[in-house]
Amino acid sequence: MTVSITFLGLLMVTFFIGRVVPIDPVLAAVGDRAPAEVYERVRIELGLHLPLWQQFYIYVQKVLTGDFGRAVLTSKPVLDDIVRVFPATLELATVATVLGVVIGVPMGVLAAVNQNRWIDHVIRVMALFGHSVPVFWLGLVGLLIFYAWLGIAAGPGRLDVGFDDIVEPVTGVILIDALLAGEWDVFANAVSHVMLPASILGYFSLAYIARMTRSFMLEQLRQEYVTTARVKGLTEGRVIWRHALGNVMVPLVTVIALTYANLLEGSVLTETVFAWPGLGSYLTDALLAADMNAVLGATIVVGTIFIGINLLSDLLYRFFDPRAK
Amino acid sequence: MASETNRIDGEGLRAWLLAETPRSRAQSRLGQAYVRWLHFLRNPLAMVGLVIVLALVVVAALAPWLADQSPYAQDLARRLQAPSPAHWFGTDELGRDIYSRLVHGASITLMIVGLVVIIVGPVGLMVGTVAGYLGGWFDTVLMRVTDVFLAFPRLILALAFVAALGPGIENAIIAIAITAWPPYARIARAETLTIRNSDFISAIRLQGAGPLRIILGHVIPLCMSSLIIRITLDMAGIILTAAGLGFLGLGAQPPMPEWGAMISSGRKFLLDQWWVATIPGIAIFVVSLGFNLLGDGLRDVLDPKGK
Repeated sequence: MTVSITFLGLLMVTFFIGRVVPIDPVLAAVGDRAPAEVYERVRIELGLHLPLWQQFYIYVQKVLTGDFGRAVLTSKPVLDDIVRVFPATLELATVATVLGVVIGVPMGVLAAVNQNRWIDHVIRVMALFGHSVPVFWLGLVGLLIFYAWLGIAAGPGRLDVGFDDIVEPVTGVILIDALLAGEWDVFANAVSHVMLPASILGYFSLAYIARMTRSFMLEQLRQEYVTTARVKGLTEGRVIWRHALGNVMVPLVTVIALTYANLLEGSVLTETVFAWPGLGSYLTDALLAADMNAVLGATIVVGTIFIGINLLSDLLYRFFDPRAK
Repeated sequence: MASETNRIDGEGLRAWLLAETPRSRAQSRLGQAYVRWLHFLRNPLAMVGLVIVLALVVVAALAPWLADQSPYAQDLARRLQAPSPAHWFGTDELGRDIYSRLVHGASITLMIVGLVVIIVGPVGLMVGTVAGYLGGWFDTVLMRVTDVFLAFPRLILALAFVAALGPGIENAIIAIAITAWPPYARIARAETLTIRNSDFISAIRLQGAGPLRIILGHVIPLCMSSLIIRITLDMAGIILTAAGLGFLGLGAQPPMPEWGAMISSGRKFLLDQWWVATIPGIAIFVVSLGFNLLGDGLRDVLDPKGK
C-alpha cells in the first residue's frame, strides 16, 4: 500500500518535471516551421489539450505498460534502451557490493572485537573519507594511478577493443556471458576492466557496511547469550563468528540491500568516468542532449528499483527475523 | 552587578561566564555557550574542521588579494604547464592559473552551500514543525511528500530537475534545494512531536497563545540544535552533489572556476597533465572533510542525547 503511494508520488514528480521543461513538446515533434493546423493536430495527438489530471492519468497508464516514449538520441523506445544498458550497471553494482560485503563484514567484526584499537580507527577514517571524497575524482585518481602509472588495471570501458563481440550477449552481463560461452580470455579481460570501477564504487559501500557491522556486533557482544556461550567454554572464535555474527546477519541483509540501491546513485558518476555503458552513462548522455523521455524513463526505472529494493529488504527482514512477524 | 560586568579583563569575564548563579538570562545563555565552546575546544578533530571551514571563508573573501592572476586570463602559449613557482598548481588547457581559479572557486562553493542552506533550512523547519504540531491530514500529506523524496536517490532526482530547468549554477542550486529539504522536515517533525505534549507547551497554550506563536516562539528554538547539526553534516553532501553536477556539465558552466567543472575539463588531459584534474578534487575533498569534522564536533557539543 505505502509502496504504491510512493510509486505514484514518484510518477507525479517525473510528470511534474516533464511539464516544467521549457522545451515545447509539440515544437520538438513538428519543428518550428510547421503550419498552425499541423501544430494543433499534433498537440491533440499528444493529448496536451486535455486537463492536467487526465494527462497524468494517461501518463500513469503508459508508464505502467512500460511505454516511456521514444528516446531522441537513439530513436528507439526508451524501455528497449534501458533493457540494453541495464546489465552493465547491474554487473558493476554487483561486483562492487560483493567486494564491500567480503571485505566490509570481517572488518566490522574485527573492529567491534577490538574496540578503540587501530582497526576501529581505520574504519572510522575510511567512513569519514568516504563522506568527503567526490566519487568521480576518486575514479579519475584510480585510473591515473592503477591504469596509467602502475599498469595493473585495464582502462575505461567493459572490454578491450580486441575482445568486443566475441561473446554472444545472452544475459548482457559480460562476466556471465563469457563463462557460459567458455571464453576464458574474455572473462579475464572483463574482470580486469570491472575491478577498478567496482573497487571505487565498492569502497563507499565497504565503509558503510563495516561501520554498520561494527555497531551491530557491539550490541550483540553485550548480550547475555554471549556470556553464556563463553562460560560454556566455546572458543572465542566460535562465539564471535558463529553466535554473534549469526544474529547480526538479519539486520545486515537490510543494510546490504540499501547500499546496493545507493550504488545506483554512485554509478551515474562512476560510469561517466570509466566510460561504462550502463544506465548511468545513458542518463548522463540523455541529460546533456536534453532528451527528456530518456531522462525521465531512466529516472523512473532507478526510482522504482530503489523503492523495490527498500521493499525487498523489509520483506527479507520479516522473513529472517522471527520476532518481526 | 555593574562592577562585575564592567571588569572585562580575561579572568573576570571567565568568572562571569562560569558563575554558578547567573543573575540575568543573557548571562546564563552566554555562560552555556561558553561551556559548550570549552567542550568544543577539547575536540581536536572538530577544531581542524572549524579551521578548514574558516579558511574557506577567508580564502573566498580575500580571493582577489590571495591570487594575483585573474581566474579567467588565458595565455595559450603557456597552456598545461606543470606546477612551478610562477604557477603553484600549474596551468589548465587555456593557460589559466589553476591556483587562481581554485582560490576564486572557494566563493562559488561557499555560495552554493550558503544558498542551499538558506532555502532548505527554513523550509524544512516550517514544514516539519507545522506538520508535527498540527497533526491530522496535514501531517499525513506532508509526510507522504517527504516519503516520496526520500525514496529516491538524491543525485538522480537533482539531475532530472536540472535537465528540466536547464544547466546552470542557479538551477543546480534550486535542484539541490528541492531534493535536500525532506530530511530536515523529518527531523523537525520528530522533535516537535516530543515537544508538543510537554507541560510547558500546555501552560503557554492555557495562557492563550495561538499555534503560530507556539511554533515560532517555543517549538522552533528547541528544534534548532538538531537541525544545525544535521545541516552541517549535510553540507559536505551538498558540496559533493554540486561538484558532481558541475562535473557532468550540468552545474556551473565554463569559464566559471567551479571545482567540479574544473575536474571535468581537466579530465581530457588526465594521463599526461594529471594536476589539471586532480588538484581541484583535493580542494573539494578538504572542504567536505572540514564540514564533516565540524558537524561531528557540533553534534558532540549540541546534541543533548549524546551526553
